[in-house]
Amino acid sequence: MPERTDLVVIGAGPAGMAAAACAAQRDLRVLLIDEQPAAGGQIYRGLDYTDRVKLEVLGPDYPRGRELLDGLAQPGIRCLPESTVWQVTREREVFISRNGEADVVVADRIVLATGAMERAMPFPGWTRAGVMNAGAGQILLKGSALIPDDNAVLAGSGPLLYLLAWQYLQAGVKVGAILETTPRSNLIQAMVHLPGALRANAYLRKGIGLLRAIRRSRVPHFRGVTALRALGSAQVESVAFESGGNAHALPCSILLLHQGVVPNVQITRSLGLEHDWAPLPRCWHPRVSAWGETAIEGIYVAGDGGGIGGAEVAAQQGRLAALHAAQHLGAISVQECESQARPVRRHLAYHLAVRSFLDTLYSPAREYLCPSNETIICRCEEVTAGSVREYVRLGCLGPNQTKAFGRPGMGPCQGRLCGLTVSEVIAGARGVSPAEVGYYRVRPPIKPITLGELATLPLPDEQQLEAQDIG
Amino acid sequence: MQTEFAVVGGGLVGMAIAHGLLRLGRQVTVFDEGDAAFRASRGNFGLVWVQGKGADMPDYARWTRRSAALWPVFAQTLRDRTGIGVELSQTGGIDIFLSEDEAERGVARLSKLRKALGGDYPFEYLGHNALKQLVPEIGSTVTGATLCPEDGHVNPLYLLRALYAAVLDSGGQVINGEPVRKIEYTGAGFVVTNGETWPAQKVVLCAGLGNAHLAPMVGLSAPVKPVRGQVMICERVVPFLNYPSVQIRQVGEGAVQIGDSKEDVGLDDGTTSEVLAGIARRAVRTYPLLRDVRMVRSWGSLRVMSPDGYPVYDRSRSCPGASLVTCHSGVTLAAIHSMVLAGWIAGDAHPELVEGFSAERFEFQPAV
Amino acid sequence: MPNGLSFNRLSERPGGTVTICFEGQPVTAQDGDTVAAALLAAGYAVTRTTPVHGVPRGPFCMMGVCFDCLLEIDGRANRQGCMVRVTEGLQVRRMAGARSASIGEADA
Repeated sequence: MPERTDLVVIGAGPAGMAAAACAAQRDLRVLLIDEQPAAGGQIYRGLDYTDRVKLEVLGPDYPRGRELLDGLAQPGIRCLPESTVWQVTREREVFISRNGEADVVVADRIVLATGAMERAMPFPGWTRAGVMNAGAGQILLKGSALIPDDNAVLAGSGPLLYLLAWQYLQAGVKVGAILETTPRSNLIQAMVHLPGALRANAYLRKGIGLLRAIRRSRVPHFRGVTALRALGSAQVESVAFESGGNAHALPCSILLLHQGVVPNVQITRSLGLEHDWAPLPRCWHPRVSAWGETAIEGIYVAGDGGGIGGAEVAAQQGRLAALHAAQHLGAISVQECESQARPVRRHLAYHLAVRSFLDTLYSPAREYLCPSNETIICRCEEVTAGSVREYVRLGCLGPNQTKAFGRPGMGPCQGRLCGLTVSEVIAGARGVSPAEVGYYRVRPPIKPITLGELATLPLPDEQQLEAQDIG
Repeated sequence: MQTEFAVVGGGLVGMAIAHGLLRLGRQVTVFDEGDAAFRASRGNFGLVWVQGKGADMPDYARWTRRSAALWPVFAQTLRDRTGIGVELSQTGGIDIFLSEDEAERGVARLSKLRKALGGDYPFEYLGHNALKQLVPEIGSTVTGATLCPEDGHVNPLYLLRALYAAVLDSGGQVINGEPVRKIEYTGAGFVVTNGETWPAQKVVLCAGLGNAHLAPMVGLSAPVKPVRGQVMICERVVPFLNYPSVQIRQVGEGAVQIGDSKEDVGLDDGTTSEVLAGIARRAVRTYPLLRDVRMVRSWGSLRVMSPDGYPVYDRSRSCPGASLVTCHSGVTLAAIHSMVLAGWIAGDAHPELVEGFSAERFEFQPAV
Repeated sequence: MPNGLSFNRLSERPGGTVTICFEGQPVTAQDGDTVAAALLAAGYAVTRTTPVHGVPRGPFCMMGVCFDCLLEIDGRANRQGCMVRVTEGLQVRRMAGARSASIGEADA
């Protein structure tokens, strides 16, 4: 018989940690599963081990995660680190791969807290070694205290780019340049959302502080960057671009990219749940209730996996889902659930106030959403944007058809990295919205699993699989 | 504007027929659904398979073998027209048995076929040791296999793309996005409705499971039902497997495809861990070196099965100009559909064997 | 050979160092590093060639999403270097194109 538990939380970032702690405080038995060896998620990664230097460099927000980590020290919480969830079913079975073995847990409630990933930023040469996501730079910093050499170039758009630049400056790195791809027109459009954002002006102050520090540092800062190219042979050796009507080239061995983060929707997609196209952040959001519950009873989404809100929002959403789960399981009453949720919702509203402003201000440039024909957009299968456009010409209307025609999305990353780009490219070629084009049909396994592991699961009637004459 | 042939269904069956009609100089418009449709054409196993087919219908065995024999020319035609290679390989295929019982049944099936075809049916049984000579990677618990030299496989996805490219390049038109909901016979021709209405002189129903409800609109019958198959594909592996089997094959780019189940679950094209685990277990027993290879994708796909599992080819008596093509083996039969059956649909040719595939055969037999 | 990509340590972890073996060469890593981080720290940018066109690639996302840092680790092919922690004596090799099926073979 598979193990049963009250609540399975998938992902030990802010949403997952808060959900686990909140549920355990209300006497639920919680299993918290994460791929990493320690809880924290990407934002609080490496917080289990810090020193003074690291804390100074990473800034004041980073150690705030400690409170969430401390909340996990409760008898009701069992942590399952270094474990990969490869399937979740509508019957609330969670299939796990751990130490090379497959296992299954059945849960009364599930909170999916799988967080965000960086939006791909494809342009010619972005597949060269030495070109990485800005988030990868941050992970190297948090996890291994690694900082790049002096000529590292940061390119793209969005708060994380500035935060990383600021952190590198704190660490004494002489950043080679910041190449800002944000279209200049974004600022004007974002102004409409400024009054709302002022309700959460701590975010704005923080952002302005970062930008000011970067300006003071005299790091070369190019704005309105277009025609970005990573040049070199095996590795990136220089970056070429246009800015202000001039062509530029800078030597660099490390090029860090960022154009925002998007929800990781692999599990919600694999469950066949409805997702809505969010036109401002240009990504898909799984459809959930005010508690984060999906159309499948007892399966919740909390945190960035449901729509980007950041760490504070994620934690509050984790608590809401946990409260609702606790109420369903009879641990608290409906009235208790409502009254305990009230302050949580207040925090949530505060932290969400800034989103429209940020999403508009850092809306990615068209060029990196819908790259040029020569650009590889599926890194695994090395499929270019031009090929996808050719499949559209042949009659493909959506990404599942282009996948069949030329393999984009069929590699080991299972379409995670190319999914949004492929939908954008098809939409662009057809002259419709990505909402109409749709997204990959995501199927298990959520991550690749060996046949040996899979084979250890309980067997069906083997006769069913024997060869038969079926025409 | 009126089209001559409205082909309903843009899968392997419809596109092969469309391609064949265009090569005969006919005018063709293909109607197809959108991205999310049930598509056996992108869920299938890619075999060009002869072995074991038609155990209860020798004409089907003959039909299948003819198609397999036509395949090299068909593949070359597509390549010449589109530049797309479909990775055809016909070096023989094996049906692997994991018990004496399975082996006995498998050999009995092929022996029966050989007898029905007057001895002209090439296959041989290989015991464990003989099979190991041919395929050294087999596991110690493999009993043996039957080998048929006429079996092979292609890349079914490149086949579909090549057919689209060939059809468009030959002046065919594809109208897609909405399923065909209605077909009316006007006495002088047909009106196809997919939201908009399209006049056509003739219609060819190639809509897979959709044929079941479309066929009666033009005086035809297509008693097809879905049978789900779950299939998985593993990461790319350096080529090691030269002989495809009905359950495991290594595709052109190195990935290992493993199938498949036969499940009566209606229109559910999902996957289940239990069935995938069973498929994996069998695969690892067959080729133990697959144990450390990772499954990257899995899917369920719906076979289009008639009551006896064999194709249905029909022409309507009450609505002249309407015909029907439905089958489970859209890959294997793509060559003969394009090169022979299209001529029958066009009325230019009257190939032998075709008449036996009418749905009339079900009127005298209880459904299986 | 390390090939000119450079990351520096901001601070060292008191837990000490671990030595792994990459393509036959010793690589000193910090306890707690992932294999991909250790290789980047040692100046190795290229960690595999692709099975499609044989082009070189290196770690890209460092969080298990992109599968570009696939390595052979302790004899097992196609493991994500950013998801495996270093341990003393770990044997690491580049993936050169498609994996071989024979790694880890054992009869059922």
